[in-house]
Amino acid sequence: MGKVVITADMCKSCRYCLTACKKDVIALASKSNRFGYKPVEVVNPDACIGCGMCAIMCPEAAIEVYKD
Amino acid sequence: MKTVYKKPECIGNKKPNSYCPGCMHSIVVRLVAEVLEELNVVNSSVMFAGVGCDGNGAFGYLDIDTVISPHGRALAVASAYKRCNPENVVFTYQGDGDLIAIGCAETMHAANRGENVTVIFVNNAQYGMTGGQMAPTTLAGMKTTTTPYGRDPKADGAPMHVCEILDTLDNPTFLARGTCTDPKNIIQTKKYIKQAFQNQLEGKGFSLGEIVSACPSNWGLSPLKSIDFINEKMLPEYPLGIVRDR
Ligand SMILES: Cc1ncc(C[n+]2csc(CCOP(=O)(O)OP(=O)(O)O)c2C)c(N)n1
Ligand code: SF4
Ligand code: SF4
Ligand code: SF4
Ligand SMILES: [Mg+2]
Repeated sequence: MGKVVITADMCKSCRYCLTACKKDVIALASKSNRFGYKPVEVVNPDACIGCGMCAIMCPEAAIEVYKD
Repeated sequence: MKTVYKKPECIGNKKPNSYCPGCMHSIVVRLVAEVLEELNVVNSSVMFAGVGCDGNGAFGYLDIDTVISPHGRALAVASAYKRCNPENVVFTYQGDGDLIAIGCAETMHAANRGENVTVIFVNNAQYGMTGGQMAPTTLAGMKTTTTPYGRDPKADGAPMHVCEILDTLDNPTFLARGTCTDPKNIIQTKKYIKQAFQNQLEGKGFSLGEIVSACPSNWGLSPLKSIDFINEKMLPEYPLGIVRDR
């Protein structure tokens, strides 16, 4: 079981992490962050396996990943 | 819970990341930060940043000692610094315009001398910072602000392959090309960057990691479409892998 923590204000909405996550854990939010970007948010936390692929793709280092 | 990934401590403390959304400079700088921390050399490293989005974005974001020299001269200044301060870890962080256009002579001669420095070379096929002019690495047929009808190899020259050109010299130690289009390639690129630094620590000499990178803003593509462009157009011209490892 994994856990992702996304710092919304660091996200620039590039969507790279979405291509890396094969478990549909994350998705673009509908509300913008304070810089005007729609950040990625966790929508399906229980599906996360903690593989870290989303974080490896993130140019902004906005994603932290933890695993049991 | 055990930590799988956390932001390196040496980025983003003094200055936020100023690169455009999806700019692969950001991934490369992050990988450099991860490698410096893993090798425990953050405090003994000095970055010689190129002029362009390369240095502009990395300066201050990567929170280590940094020198910016005139456009293209990073390897000349880094060579002198490393010879005077061999105890420091010295690397350049350069774009294609900086490294192989205006800085072509400095690059060739530093490589030919086999300077014991690490070169991080970001190839985004044009001058990002100044609005997308043709670089020596621009693909044939690629439209830029200075090749509005597409680069004509007959008139404008064909794309220059830095790793392969340096492979004709005797002294370089390590030349490899990676990209950041998916996690697998990013993990491989990080290995190249790490080896390029490890070689310097072992005194092996000139080591260069080229990273085929996206500039979504000047390519006029979304970040995801830029990944497709790299896979479909850039990688056939710039194949991935180790060109030299001695
Ligand atoms: C002597 C000099 N000539 C020209 C410029 C203008 N200039 C600034 S950055 C740049 C090109 C940078 O391109 P590249 O090295 O590919 O970096 P990128 O922005 O693509 O990362 C140029 C021509 C300058 N700053 N100094
Ligand atoms: S850690 Fe893996 S499963 Fe979890 S969100 Fe990231 S990519 Fe998806
Ligand atoms: S990769 Fe990072 S910056 Fe890009 S959308 Fe995902 S969290 Fe945001
Ligand atoms: S202009 Fe291009 S190279 Fe410069 S920060 Fe934006 S995407 Fe990156
Ligand atoms: Mg460039």
